[in-house]
Parts: sequence; structure tokens; C-alpha cells
Amino acid sequence: MNTSALIIMLTTIIMVTGLTIYFFYKVLSTPPRPEPDSYIDNDDEPERQLPKS
Amino acid sequence: MSANKESWGSRVGLILAMAGNAVGLGNFLRFPVQAVQNGGGAFIIPYLVCFLVMGIPLLWIEWSMGRFGGKFGHHSTPFIVDTMHKNRLWKYIGVFGIWTNIAVAAYYCYIESWTLSYMLHSVVGTFEGMDQDAVAAFFNSYISIGKSTLGIPLEPIVFYVLCLLLNTFILSQGLSGGVERVAKVGMPLLILFGMFLAYKGVTITAGVDGAINDSSVGLNYLWTPNYEQLWSPSVWLAAAGQIFFTLSVGMGTVHCYASYVRSKDDIALNAMSAGWMNEFVEVVLGAAILIPISIGYLGIERVTELVQLGGLGLAFKTLPYLFFQWGDVLGAISGVMWFGLLFFAGITSSLAMGTPWMGFLQDEFNWGRKASAWSFGIIVFVLGMPTVLFFKYGVFDEYDYWAGTVSLVVFALFESILFAWVFGMKKGWREITSGSDIKVPGIYKFIIKFITPLLLLWVFVGSLVTPKGGDWGAAFSGNWVLDDSSIIKKMMNSSLKKELAEAIAAVNPAEVERLQNTLFYVNASRVLLIAVFLSIALLVYVAYKKRVREGKI
Repeated sequence: MNTSALIIMLTTIIMVTGLTIYFFYKVLSTPPRPEPDSYIDNDDEPERQLPKS
Repeated sequence: MSANKESWGSRVGLILAMAGNAVGLGNFLRFPVQAVQNGGGAFIIPYLVCFLVMGIPLLWIEWSMGRFGGKFGHHSTPFIVDTMHKNRLWKYIGVFGIWTNIAVAAYYCYIESWTLSYMLHSVVGTFEGMDQDAVAAFFNSYISIGKSTLGIPLEPIVFYVLCLLLNTFILSQGLSGGVERVAKVGMPLLILFGMFLAYKGVTITAGVDGAINDSSVGLNYLWTPNYEQLWSPSVWLAAAGQIFFTLSVGMGTVHCYASYVRSKDDIALNAMSAGWMNEFVEVVLGAAILIPISIGYLGIERVTELVQLGGLGLAFKTLPYLFFQWGDVLGAISGVMWFGLLFFAGITSSLAMGTPWMGFLQDEFNWGRKASAWSFGIIVFVLGMPTVLFFKYGVFDEYDYWAGTVSLVVFALFESILFAWVFGMKKGWREITSGSDIKVPGIYKFIIKFITPLLLLWVFVGSLVTPKGGDWGAAFSGNWVLDDSSIIKKMMNSSLKKELAEAIAAVNPAEVERLQNTLFYVNASRVLLIAVFLSIALLVYVAYKKRVREGKI
């Protein structure tokens, strides 16, 4: 490949892949909020319930 | 009380569904062709700039509008936008957010059905031993509802109905039980298939399996920057247009999905994650398949000819033949993967198109999930059959142009003005940042208020009055002749009428008859699309009156 095409292609691929992974990792690593939240799959997880007052 | 009890199962599921909504056939078929036609590697610069100043702002606008409307129990754009300002006319602008989806689904599900059918044809070995002309002829015969090797009568209609039934069934299972489940399976598979084909695309060696070029020739063709084109407004217009189609903004689907997110939960990070995932599929995977493989086997000249006809031709008329250069087994596997990834890209988008209509019926008329899903399937079938039966008369292209292109820009322009100027940037910013898991850069306050609406206005005006040959220099120097691709000329059917006049002058009765029929079907499809829009607007009016009667307004 010629140099200019290679530079543009690699820069773009590295940047786009990096940001995709970064944001998805951030989603996975952010602790969920206590119930009630928007998602039903975790409704019954005991550690996610608000402490009873 | 609303019959709408939908909700998302998990955050990852929502992001995959939202990314699936954005990732469509255009990621693999439209982006590489646009890049090749608009400066190669230099196209990526305006493309990424437009993503930053138009794509991301529109994603945040739509996510926050959706979540805001959801607080009031609205899950479709007419009443989502109605909550944002007291002027009652806004809800009729919101009709675009249902109409676009129904009209686009009508022809989109037809392409989706091709992918389903071609997957099966790849498995049974239909393309084995065929040369490129035979594969292209097979496609032409298929869409003209000709004879198929499967022996199924009216095969395209059968697959179209199958595809609609599948969409309807999944929609009837609800968001978490249907749409999200498909996204959780479909998106990882799509990425996996895409990575395999991208690997094959970038490892082609000249002289092996009949290849005439190394992959590097195709990659050079796609990525070599032509910096002169960087200053052309047409290139920027093409880049901005591509950002629209790729992100599925201006449709009403993002609003609908986000309306099921509670106000304390994040939308800013979710939007970024889904948006960048779409970019990964488009820029990294999409760029490594269609063009490098085609050029590897056909050469630059032939591919340059083929890209003028668009990505669909390459995908269905050329790639099935090229895959079989890798041998019968790998050819069949690659065919299944290629059409499989197109199918997953398609179905995750077409499912999203069903949800605004379903949300509207559930919210406003207390319809159940199943009934509203089936009503979507039936309407799409009725509206879509003309695209199947009269494909050769341009009905398909007409739907794509008005519903899948112009309408998106119009609605996005209106919603960006509503959000930033009518609803107000102060409230708007609060909506974007409320519950956010990332720090949204403050510069976006300025971008959303000024840059995004101006860019959208420019895209709209630029498409409305595109100068001949995209020569903006000549246009601004006083010689503004409209191009046949401009909205105004399209509306006037200028190109068709010109062709008709030429056919009459050349005394070609068969061509004259074909063009007269095309003109008829083009106009008829416009009438049909307008009738659908007005019918939805009428339903919105009825729903509004019902709300007034029930004391909800």
C-alpha cells in the first residue's frame, strides 16, 4: 500500500476501534444504579435493591 | 391507562439493539461506494468531522428527546415532540417519525428478504460454477419474479412474506423478549462474520484462486486520499449524508428505544457506545470487504464501472461469484456469512422500524403488543408489495428517495431546531447530562445550538438545489443550473422526462412504453406515500382529541 493510504487507514482503524472498545468497556465497568432502573433482567438481584428505610 | 408495558432487559441489550438499529445494509454497501466516489481516504476526514459535529449531537438529541417523552408515557415521536412545546403543530412534524419507518420498512424488508434467500442459495450451491454474468442474470431474473433454481413459485414474494412474518413475530415478543434477544445474538454474529470476511478481504494475493490483484490494490483505491476533493462541498454533503443514513437518525427509532429508559439512567454514554459501535462496523469492517475483494478479482476499471451502479449490484450480482473463487465449500460458507451479516444488519434495523408504530398504538389506542405488531406487518406488506411487483419501474427507488433520504434530513432539521431553540438549550443540556456516566464536553452546548442545525440546513438546501455536476463554484458565480439529482428536479421527474423525450425522438416504442409506465408508477408511489403520511397525521389528530376528551391534555 502507498504510505498516505496506509497512514489514513491505520489512523482511522486504530482510532475507531479504540473508541469503540473504550466506550463499551466503560458501559460494562460502570456500576449499575439501584432499583428501580430501566432494565428488568436484574430486578431481583438482592445487592441492587435500595436499603429499606 | 396505556397498554404499553415494554422495557429493556439489560443495558448491554439496549446498546446492542441501538447499535443494531444503526448498523444496516448501508454500512457494508453504501459507505465504501461513497468513499470511493468522494475522494477515497480524504472522504474519511469530512466523514468523521460530520460524525463529531452532527452525528453525535443528533444521537444525544434523539436519546434525550426519547427519554424525556418517555417520562410522560410517550413512545413515538408525535407525542414525544408534543411534550416539548405548547404549540400543538409539533406533533404533526412528529408524524415523520412513524411514517418514515413504515415506508422504509416496506422496501427495506424486501432487500432483507433477498439476503435471506441468497443465504439459502449459497447453501444449496446455486452459484457454484456460475460465471459473473450468470450470477448477475440470476439476480435480474430473481427481482423480476422470474424462475428460480429453488423451484418455489413467486420466490421473491415468498421470501418477502417470510421476512415480514419473522419481523412481526419478533416484534410481537416485545422489546426485551424479541428485539433485544435478536440484537444480542445478531450483533456478535454480524461482527464475527464481518471479521472473517474482512480477513479474507485483506489477505488476497494476486495469482492465487484467480485473483488478479493483491488486497493492497483495493485498499489503496479506497484509502488513498485525494486532498483536492476535500474542498468540494459535494464531498462534505456526501459525508454528512452518509452519517445520517448510517446512524439511523431522523427516523424516530432512537427516540422510541430511548423512551423506555428512566430519567435517572444514563443516555450520554449509551449513545456514544452504540454510535461508535456502528462506526466500527462501517469504517473498519465495511471498508475491508466489498471493495478489496471486488478489486482483487475484477480489477480497478471494472469495479469503478460497477460502483457507479451502487453497492447493491456489487453485493448481489458480483460477490456471490467472487466467493466461489475460494472453492465450493469456502464459497458457500462465505456466501452464508456475507448474506448472513447483511441479514442481521437488516433485521436489527427493520425491527427498530416497527417499534414507533407499535408504541403509538399501545400508548394512544391501548392496543396490545401482538395486535400492534401484526398491524405493522400488514401495513408494511400492503405498502411494500408495489416495491416487489413494480421494482423495475422505480417504485423501490422512489420510496428510498423520499422516505429513506429526504424525510430523514427534514425531520432531523426540525428536531434539532426544536431541541436547541424551542425546547431550549438549557433544558436540553440538562436532559443530555442527567444521569450521565460520562462527562459530556461543554463545547457540545455550542455545537448542538449552532453547528448541528446549520449543518443540517446546509445538507437540506444543498440537496434541494444541488447544482449541475455538483459544481458549486459555477453555481456561486451565478450559473446555478439544477442537477437532475436535486430534490426540485426529482420532484419534477426531469431525468425521466428527458429520457422519455429522447426515446420518442429515437422512435423506440418499447422504451417509450417502459418510461411512460415508470413515470406512472413513480407518481403513483408518491401519492401512496402521501396518503400514508396523511393517514398517520389523521390518527395523531384522533389520538389528540381522545386525550383531550379523557382530560389528559
